[in-house]
Amino acid sequence: MHAEIKVADASRRASFARFASMREAGLIVIILALCIAMSLASPHFLTWGNFRAMLMSFSIEGIVVVGMTILLIVGGIDLSVGSVVCFSMVVSGALFLAGLDPWTASLIGIAVSALIGAVMGFFVTVVGLNHFITSLAAMVIVRGLCLVITKGTPLSLFTLPPEFKAIGQGNLQGVPYVIIIFVVVVAIFDFLLRRATAFRKVFYTGSNEKAAQFSGIKTNQVKFWVTVLCATLSGFAGVIYMARFGAATPTFGAGMELNVIAAAVIGGASLKGGSGTIFGAILGMALLSVVTSSLILLDISVYWQDMIKGCILLAAVSADHFLHRKKS
Amino acid sequence: MSDAPILQIRSLSKAFGPVQALSGVQFELRRGEVHALCGENGAGKSTLMNMIGGILQPDEGDILIDGKPMTIASPAAAQKMGIALVHQEIALCQDATVAENICMAAINSRRAPLMNFQQVHADAEKAMNRLAPIAVRTKVADLSISSQQLVEIAKALTLDCKVLILDEPTAALTETEAQRLFAIVRGLKQRGISVIYISHRMAEIFSLCDRVTVFRDGRYVATEAIEATSPNDVVRKMVGREITQLYPDKLPADAKPGRALLSVSGLSDGTRFTNVDLDLRTGEILGIGGLIGAGRSEIAQTICGLRPATAGSVVLDGKNLAIRSYADAVRAGLVYLSEDRKGSGVFLDLSIAANVSALDLGKLTGRFGLLDRRAEADQATSLARQLGVRMSGIDAAVSTLSGGNQQKVAIAKQLSVAPKVIIMDEPTRGIDVGAKVEIHRLLRDLANQGVGIIVISSELPELIGLCDRVAVVREGRIAGELGTGQLNEETIIMLASGVQPNAVYEGQAQNVA
Repeated sequence: MHAEIKVADASRRASFARFASMREAGLIVIILALCIAMSLASPHFLTWGNFRAMLMSFSIEGIVVVGMTILLIVGGIDLSVGSVVCFSMVVSGALFLAGLDPWTASLIGIAVSALIGAVMGFFVTVVGLNHFITSLAAMVIVRGLCLVITKGTPLSLFTLPPEFKAIGQGNLQGVPYVIIIFVVVVAIFDFLLRRATAFRKVFYTGSNEKAAQFSGIKTNQVKFWVTVLCATLSGFAGVIYMARFGAATPTFGAGMELNVIAAAVIGGASLKGGSGTIFGAILGMALLSVVTSSLILLDISVYWQDMIKGCILLAAVSADHFLHRKKS
Repeated sequence: MSDAPILQIRSLSKAFGPVQALSGVQFELRRGEVHALCGENGAGKSTLMNMIGGILQPDEGDILIDGKPMTIASPAAAQKMGIALVHQEIALCQDATVAENICMAAINSRRAPLMNFQQVHADAEKAMNRLAPIAVRTKVADLSISSQQLVEIAKALTLDCKVLILDEPTAALTETEAQRLFAIVRGLKQRGISVIYISHRMAEIFSLCDRVTVFRDGRYVATEAIEATSPNDVVRKMVGREITQLYPDKLPADAKPGRALLSVSGLSDGTRFTNVDLDLRTGEILGIGGLIGAGRSEIAQTICGLRPATAGSVVLDGKNLAIRSYADAVRAGLVYLSEDRKGSGVFLDLSIAANVSALDLGKLTGRFGLLDRRAEADQATSLARQLGVRMSGIDAAVSTLSGGNQQKVAIAKQLSVAPKVIIMDEPTRGIDVGAKVEIHRLLRDLANQGVGIIVISSELPELIGLCDRVAVVREGRIAGELGTGQLNEETIIMLASGVQPNAVYEGQAQNVA
């Protein structure tokens, strides 16, 4: 009996040690510390309303972060996510205005986003360009397409049926659908990334592409499908944005890629590939969001926000680099 | 003062973590001598050279230059003292021109804000022409490996050095290029430059060098004048024990030949090799020798479907294989261990368990495409135990292991699919003597269990000590095959170079092919 307790104790200590050694642990501590400090500084911080607003603000972008993180793990990057989000909105919106029902229109919007991913994947794997340049070109081209389709003016979609708008605006017993969708997507992909064989190949490819090939893994296929997945999730996010705003603005999502990449990197994804977790990336997103919310509550001018976010990115990545260098 | 050796090493020690790379070694380089440094991989030669070159700092001991103790704080400091180091691995900027590479040090220390390309090209040409007619405006990436090696040497020559260290300079050179290098080295010697010459090739050492120093397992063994010693003596000192103890027993000469396991016939890839025939029987270890660049790795990779073939057939265990990808080969029971462990053998940031399971994830995949992590852990644990991998646990990243243990993990990965034939490309490159012996034993055990083993190696002692039969590749063709009775350094070199061994170092290269 005594021995059993000891064993349980030891394993609990071991799992605590493992938790403490994860990069996520540090982020959780920072976020909690910030929350505690803010709740002392502002009575409005620790309210369900404020938390719901924070969650809402990063939920949809969080879906894009999921795709970006997986792409970073395979050693890629996608600068076109903001444009693709917008493209999905604009295409779905235009099709709806042309008389299609919003569900079919949305599916087509997501499908054309996947197609953009497939085209990028083609240039990366068959032509042999790198992800950075390919997606930089796609970012500009797709943004241009958005402007062409809308002729530069926002599409007003207030005629969307209420059951479709509910995706972005409704809630289930007080919890917005947007947050529910976000949590489900994150949970599914976090689980798959840790457990599914297909996603293990993503880690192999990103960690050492040559060694993956020498293990019989078709690394080009892996890179292609991850590129498609990232664009598809962006398209999915675009449709939800459309439901939420009831509009499709051709300039929407500009600069989103930077926020998304920053979140993934703060959460431990490496631009060299081979490492990263969805959970970490979402924590990175949460950190940025808590900071933004704090700045607003503290009445600090919005003009400061970008600068402070950039400093957090630098600090987080430097701290991580430092800790890792010490370990090895 | 001029009698003092130009370079003297006194009781120098260096440890990397728990590994004692050098313990209390000594070394002496006289003015204008060519001094060979011998020792097996892991003997500590490169560690010593890196300390002389300012790349590493000693834990204990002195480095004396012209009789004065010196601290060589950086490669730049070493260059200022007149020490130039030519690494075994090529360290050139691939996208820069030959001239820019050769004059890198000069460009680096230049004060003027703009490049003087005329000067750079002229200086580079002067240095390069002494070695080989390589156009200095060519991009390094467009040169062959042997030409790149010559550029490295030319780069060292521009430094106006007093001490030149050459670390296995001929490993990637053709016979003619090697001859030219020897002439250069003799010329340098006449100009009073001292050369430390690291090589495994006894013939080179005995034709070129004045003295030889032997290291073994990080310790100094002896220094001899070349006239006073013999190749056999040097090898014995390097190994420190009889060869038979280092390598496991071979197949007995009267052993019944096993059944044919793998036969390759008429294999060509259209560029690097043509019409290759190989046969492997159960129970034997087949070696593949030849110079670097002769096409050994390309042949192995083509057999395994890692590169496309244009002609020929591969029969494994009686079945004709139509291999289109490496995954096909793995499924058929044919696996390849890459020669470049860090570059393409292991996933350094991933765990040992994840490394071991990389070859066949399907086997570990349960319902819904999910990985069975318990099965993965069990597999890694049992293979790691079988191979004696020294580790903190199977969750540890491979980067935390020593080279020998990393290699064992790579081998565990191959064994995880229970292969019929394993082709191992340089299985013991860069690992210490102890792990080497263990890996050799393991290979012999596997062969005895009926697994076909093919070993590609650049180390002649390994081919001779380990293999029952050696096929030698020269310029993309099988130049010949040697059975146990015929295996020695001379016969292999002769087949590999296509030159009579006695003639090679007399400068009368003559083709026997």
